Amino acid sequence: MLRILRQIARVGTITEELGPSDAFEQTGRELEAAIRKRFAGSLAIRAVDAGSCNGCELEIHATNNAYYDIERFGVHFTASPRFADMLLVTGPVSVNMKTALEMTFDATPDPKLVVAIGDCAANCGVFGRDNYAIAGAVSDIIPVDVVIHGCPPTPTDIIRGILAAIEGRA
Amino acid sequence: MRHLANTWFAERLGDRGIRTTYLEDHHPAHMPCLEIIRHDWLHAAEEARRLEMRLVAVWAAEAGRHDQDQGRKHGLYAYMAFAHPEHRHALLRTPLAADHPVLPSIAGEYIAASRMERHMTDMFGITIEGSPDARAWIRHEHWPAEAHPLRGNFDARTPLPANPDGGDYPYVQSTSHGVYEIPVGPVHAGIIEPGHFRFLAVGEQILNMEERLGYVHKGIERAMQGRDATGGAKLAARISGDSAIAHAWAFSQACEYAADIEPPRRASFIRGILCERERIANHIGDIGAICNDAAFAFMHMQMQRLREDMARLHQELFGHRLLFDTIVPGGVSVDPDAAQLARLKAQTGAIAAEVERLRSIYADHPSIQERVIGSGTVSIDDARDIGLLGFAGRASGDYPDERIEEAYPPYDEFDVGIARGRLGDVATRVWVRFEEIADSARLIAEMIEGMPEGAIRAAWQAPEPGVSGFAAIEGWRGEIAAWVRFGEAGRIDRYFVRDPSVINWLGLELAVREVPVPDFPLNNKSFNCSYSGNDL
Repeated sequence: MLRILRQIARVGTITEELGPSDAFEQTGRELEAAIRKRFAGSLAIRAVDAGSCNGCELEIHATNNAYYDIERFGVHFTASPRFADMLLVTGPVSVNMKTALEMTFDATPDPKLVVAIGDCAANCGVFGRDNYAIAGAVSDIIPVDVVIHGCPPTPTDIIRGILAAIEGRA
Repeated sequence: MRHLANTWFAERLGDRGIRTTYLEDHHPAHMPCLEIIRHDWLHAAEEARRLEMRLVAVWAAEAGRHDQDQGRKHGLYAYMAFAHPEHRHALLRTPLAADHPVLPSIAGEYIAASRMERHMTDMFGITIEGSPDARAWIRHEHWPAEAHPLRGNFDARTPLPANPDGGDYPYVQSTSHGVYEIPVGPVHAGIIEPGHFRFLAVGEQILNMEERLGYVHKGIERAMQGRDATGGAKLAARISGDSAIAHAWAFSQACEYAADIEPPRRASFIRGILCERERIANHIGDIGAICNDAAFAFMHMQMQRLREDMARLHQELFGHRLLFDTIVPGGVSVDPDAAQLARLKAQTGAIAAEVERLRSIYADHPSIQERVIGSGTVSIDDARDIGLLGFAGRASGDYPDERIEEAYPPYDEFDVGIARGRLGDVATRVWVRFEEIADSARLIAEMIEGMPEGAIRAAWQAPEPGVSGFAAIEGWRGEIAAWVRFGEAGRIDRYFVRDPSVINWLGLELAVREVPVPDFPLNNKSFNCSYSGNDL
């Protein structure tokens, strides 16, 4: 136990300070205010991989690490679409995941937001639209509020995209 | 690199009266292919098994340009590859009738072949005789009948129309009153890839866990066709994003073997450094995630921090946090200078030292040790039976490592340390990963110290139509086997790749029998198989 405490003390707080010069942190502050206003201080997100290569998943995970610490803004990931406010969807939608994505969307209560993460979710990316196994981009299957480009987008991009989704719906 | 063709296996087959023909006309000297008649297919697999060879993969391809030029009348070929610790990989193929292709199953000898054979049935419509499992695999119930995407006459450019009459997938079931089912997925509770797990449980204990995958099938094999090598490497890096380096390397090396191009020595060293960095980053992330699944969040936060430090340096030095698109056919696209290499070396050393400090905390923490020791055991016999790969194999007494077996550059100049575990439980898989982090850090330091000067890329020159190449690369999960064949104008006409997950998913099924259901997540994380790499 002592060693755990010593390690925590040695590392200290690495979460990056909020500051006007840091684009990501600005995003964070705006995000916090917006979520306070519209989601009573808490935004629950259900992540759905609809066909990704898992690169986007790694970067969504990274938004939870101590540098970005997305939870400090009241954003958390939830295990079920039934109590989610937002779906974060990655990947080109594979033919084999289309039904599951539609069912997840239907299972999410209104009002709900959808953020499409990454170039594949945006336009099928490197896998291409003219592909028998790809049903389409996310917006071809369910309504999308915000698209975040990148292969994969950085954690900062992802958090910025979540903000855009909330800002866009007053 | 051992530029020796494997004549040993051909001689052993000859001893058993199996006639083999070398296909030197369309396979370069690096890895020639032996052709056998279909009648000998199963016998050859039996002989490989008797010789204690490991099954690398079994796959199919339509006839290439050379086959047509040589006047071979068969439209379709089945391939299989075997590995032996003392010899290079051996490739075999046999012709099949294009209209009604039939192939005997080798799953009786190598159970890991079963899912690969199901994949061949789905993709080519090949009937597998004597298969222990004739269910569709990648082909889900809603696919139209007679859709076989890797056949030349298939319309691969429009999304498959839905077929509402496909029925249901027949899962393994139990009629016993004491057994209940838990369906999980395809959309999982965490931020992970989709797949379905069907548990049969008695009380808290898992009786059987069956995987149903294929949800992230993106038609990668077909999408490779018609791309040039540069475009192919971009797609290969996205077969499984966490193994971008290993997959791009396997693809590029297969292309280089086909084209008989040798990357400059400096390029190989940079590839080695990138691949070992990828290994460290993934092991670090997974160790943290395993601890998190046992509610030891401290370790998770510490490991996530280290992983982020690595990603940030990758962004700074190589322009991508996950190192995408840094490996290209002929070499690499990044050329770190001396100062950058010094930073890379310093950070690698610092992270390895941090991991060692955290490891001592992990080892002395009873609440996590209680969960991992003895949980999810894969026995040595089972591991060798299925040919368990990578760190999972090395935790269970099965030690294939392509950095040693194939000894491709730069590993022909370095000694790779192998962690030799035997107990095969979660704790041993974690132990192997800790050992590999330390060994990879040592390798990176040695590679940076010995970094040769010179070019980072040999000019890419596509081979003539019909030429193929095979490569096996040790990614962080284990061996990635890749076979590429070129068609007209330097365009790929077939790419087959077997991610280690195809085999290691079977290891997870074996591991979780008699494990309590709540221990499934940490077992799953201890393997962390790729869905995307499996589904292609």
